[in-house]
Amino acid sequence: MDGAITAPDVIAGEASASVTKPLQRVPLVLNKRNFSWITERIAGAVEGSAPRWWWVTFAITSMVAMFGLFCLGYQISTGVGTWGLNHPVGWAWDITNFVFWIGIGHAGTLISAILFLLRQKWRTSINRSAEAMTLFAVICAAIFPGVHVGRVWMAWYLAPLPNNYGIWPNFRSPLLWDVFAVSTYFSVSVLFWYTGLIPDLATLRDRATTKIKKLLYGIFAVGWRGSNRNWRHYEMAYLLLAGLSTPLVLSVHSVVSFDFATSIIPTWHSTIFPPYFVAGAIFGGFAMVLTLLVPARAIYKLQDIITPQHIDKMAKVILLTGSIVSYAYAMEFFVAWYSGNQYEKFAFYNRIFGPYWWYWWVGMLFCNCLSPQLFWFKRFRYNIYVVYFVCMCVNAGMWFERFIIIVGGLHRDFLPSSWGIFIPTWVDIWTFIGTFGIFLSLFLLFIRYLPMIAMSEVKIVLPEANPHHALPDEHHPVAAVGKERH
Amino acid sequence: MRTPSGNKVYGMGAEFPSASSLYEAAKRVRDAGFKKWDVHSPFPIHGMDAAMGLGKSWLSAVVLVGGITGLLTAVILEFGPSQIIYPLIVHGKPVDWRTVPAFFPIMFELTILFSAFSAFFAVLTMNGLPRWNHPVFNWRRFSRATNDGFFLVIEARDPRFTELEARELLEQSGGQHVTIIHEE
Repeated sequence: MDGAITAPDVIAGEASASVTKPLQRVPLVLNKRNFSWITERIAGAVEGSAPRWWWVTFAITSMVAMFGLFCLGYQISTGVGTWGLNHPVGWAWDITNFVFWIGIGHAGTLISAILFLLRQKWRTSINRSAEAMTLFAVICAAIFPGVHVGRVWMAWYLAPLPNNYGIWPNFRSPLLWDVFAVSTYFSVSVLFWYTGLIPDLATLRDRATTKIKKLLYGIFAVGWRGSNRNWRHYEMAYLLLAGLSTPLVLSVHSVVSFDFATSIIPTWHSTIFPPYFVAGAIFGGFAMVLTLLVPARAIYKLQDIITPQHIDKMAKVILLTGSIVSYAYAMEFFVAWYSGNQYEKFAFYNRIFGPYWWYWWVGMLFCNCLSPQLFWFKRFRYNIYVVYFVCMCVNAGMWFERFIIIVGGLHRDFLPSSWGIFIPTWVDIWTFIGTFGIFLSLFLLFIRYLPMIAMSEVKIVLPEANPHHALPDEHHPVAAVGKERH
Repeated sequence: MRTPSGNKVYGMGAEFPSASSLYEAAKRVRDAGFKKWDVHSPFPIHGMDAAMGLGKSWLSAVVLVGGITGLLTAVILEFGPSQIIYPLIVHGKPVDWRTVPAFFPIMFELTILFSAFSAFFAVLTMNGLPRWNHPVFNWRRFSRATNDGFFLVIEARDPRFTELEARELLEQSGGQHVTIIHEE
């Protein structure tokens, strides 16, 4: 059993000296914590009154969010011209932000679905908050294309509804694929997240001290009672949702990349885009997961559940996906040279030495390619400050990467007479900052009202969850009802 | 079945100190021939389905049907308007079989969407959820089932159920706090 101290502990006395004991894995929950400690620590973070830091942070993030919403309102009421978009750069910060946010969401689904299918038990400590992050990131992402269409009140044109104009959405357009991909992604992520939450909501219901909490958690816990006849179907549903989310998450960023790859703009028209975008999404998403979890783990004293081992593994994923992304960057340059296409060659020359040169040198080269290489070394993966520094680099670098792809491709394409430059307005800038406010406010509400770690799943990785694990205190009586003291 | 005080009996419950003892007890209850009984634990216990004599969940069949429905929905949704009712040439893409691959992404997405919704609603329906209450919640100790408690409950409507036999079986299997659970 992965990460568990199991039978060898007990049968050690019987093992003869000649038999080699199997190597012990580092336990996934440290300090031999038991089931009730996990419940107490995680549910305890939700119960009780909000700490002062929470109110201060939430006040700031919600004000930023409000200002972001004001910018959206101003943009909708005045027009798309409040953004710096114009010819030739018709997609800029808006679509950059869209791809940036949707990419961040991918790490959540990777952790919750792909790592589940791969039986990576360490995911249980981080999957809940990563999935929540997915939902909030997708909400932030959906704002941009929604508003970018200009006449938001006509957005229903995106839906395949019968209408008297006789015009239907163009199902052959990658932009419409995007509508379906992103909305499916959001819906499936909500279902997956909520399905995972049900047993934990039941825990909160059973611990609730006030009537209103009991009622609300009770409603959302749908009467869950931990019955094995229910777990049987539940586990199958969870497995299937993981199995469905896996191709889905790979498809979503592929479809996002089709928005570019199916066009003829130099640097966009490329078959490498789908895998390159998916790797980049996971890369940026893991950095954001760590950005949120490293402080949360310290504040809520979750070091025994989100252990250095977890951070180490996430750092390795960042190293892997960062290297895939670096390879894709290199391959783009190679193909541009090898293709002999003068527009393609110029576009990549322009990427390094053009007006946006420092975006490439700082964002793509330093932040995305070089900074994760620190994770080759164990002492850096175990140094929280280095990890946090690299994550911040990756967060910024992935935004720059999308900007370079989008604006870098558009601002100088085929005809030098129509070249231009993009300058963001204050509305551009504050709408983007505002989405950070929305994202962080939602995340703060999440850790305040819902268990940020999947209690029922973390309990499974404890050695005593194994039905063949013999407890040394097997014959001790059951402890009295009530809170355990630790 | 009623208690002397007139309460209707739901069943007999016992608490177990660990996942492994619950697992062993479940095998004994299964072998004693009971049918209407259940175990409750804060997390799914590996191998418990077999210990209870339950087979594989057939939820996957529902999801397969949901997925096929989604695929067909997408086929009709895309071919209907774009190929048959309102054929419209956009971007010079012809309305014939050569552009059919452009329909695949949405077929894929709707297959996933419908499958996921059917998985979600199937798990609720097959488990008889949501429900407001359940007799097991009348047992005070039961609130630990979502924390660190392991419970086994034999229902009174099981044809083999007698108070004496159920109590004896639960106590012999290592159950503690063996209790009659009232219906309401």
